[in-house]
Amino acid sequence: MSGKYGSAKSMGLVSCHDCHLLSRWPDADASQLVYCPRCGSELHQRKPNSLARTWALLLAAMIFYIPANVLPMTVTSAVGSVQADTIMSGVIYFLHSGSWEIGLVIFVASIFVPFMKFMILIYLLISVQFKLVRQPKNLTKLYRLTEAVGRWSMLDVYVVSILIALVQLGVLAEISAGPAVLYFALVVIATMLAAESFDPRLIWDVVEEKHE
Amino acid sequence: MHKIACHECDLVHDIPPMPERAAARCVRCGSVLFRTRRNSIDRTLAWTFAGLVLYSIAVSYPFLAMKSGSIVQQTSLLSGVEQLFNQKIILLATLVLLTCVILPLLQLLSLLYIFIPLKFNLKSRFAVPVFRLLGQIKPWSMMEIYMLGILVSIVKLAKMATIVPGLAVIAFGILIFVLTFALSSVDQHMVWERLERDS
Repeated sequence: MSGKYGSAKSMGLVSCHDCHLLSRWPDADASQLVYCPRCGSELHQRKPNSLARTWALLLAAMIFYIPANVLPMTVTSAVGSVQADTIMSGVIYFLHSGSWEIGLVIFVASIFVPFMKFMILIYLLISVQFKLVRQPKNLTKLYRLTEAVGRWSMLDVYVVSILIALVQLGVLAEISAGPAVLYFALVVIATMLAAESFDPRLIWDVVEEKHE
Repeated sequence: MHKIACHECDLVHDIPPMPERAAARCVRCGSVLFRTRRNSIDRTLAWTFAGLVLYSIAVSYPFLAMKSGSIVQQTSLLSGVEQLFNQKIILLATLVLLTCVILPLLQLLSLLYIFIPLKFNLKSRFAVPVFRLLGQIKPWSMMEIYMLGILVSIVKLAKMATIVPGLAVIAFGILIFVLTFALSSVDQHMVWERLERDS
């Protein structure tokens, strides 16, 4: 540890979220807005209502996750027959048809990654909320991981959009989007926003509080 | 010597003058405080111009062609989005349009808008808000995921028909790397200091 300094907050400073300029935090009342002297974005020592916002977005994402998995992603109508596919049935199709690597990629991106993100965010939120931080460095790493991988869940949404555009009326079959696509896109957007609204500095606040 | 706080754990550090191509890491949580780049302005501009050329190919040439028997269907990036709009799947169409067409272009244009004047020691009027925007839209620009989606679709349709990747897909694939290089040549710290000094 550097020893010399503590957190910016404990030193009466604030770091700009956009341009990282360190400036003095005015001892004004809480209702007053403070702006970065360099880039003009609004300054907060910690992201406002970080825990409540993250919980709300996380719960929304978990609710959307259910129809996203249960309802069909695509509806394929070939001559005379109509077939509805969910994410999981799409994965199983790939496993059976010999391209198991693709099945695995879809499974990881669409089912495993969102689920893992839920678990990690819940773990982070509970750790901070109940001040149960044991290994702050590992928690920060977990946070970085959720921030980085979340976007990849958009994969299946794109696959559906490409299939629809490519397989048009007239050739062999018609593919149309199922209702799950909408819910799935919402899951990805909500989890991305949830990760963005969580403030990893709260993890370290718990650590600093304990040492005092 | 100046001070900077880690944006992941808020610990304040003294930053000495740094050599080119170096990274400063937080002593407490290990996250990268910032990186310095070599020839940041020239490199960013070079990658951005290359990116714009590739982008124009990626949006104007055919993306994929599907052959089954004597029937050939072609689709381009934009006609695919149009197809979604026609089928009244507005949300999906908007999502694809934003994350794979508009935001990447916005990233390239923002880089030009900020870096061309910097090259001549000038500052664009809205450089500060544009540079802030550039940082904020980054996670929502998802070309690389779309590219993986294309690969999955090709495998998925392989049984029904022959899929022929068009010129645009190749340009799109290279553009992903070029845009990544353009963004990672940006010396954040240098740019903010230059924008501050001139204001």
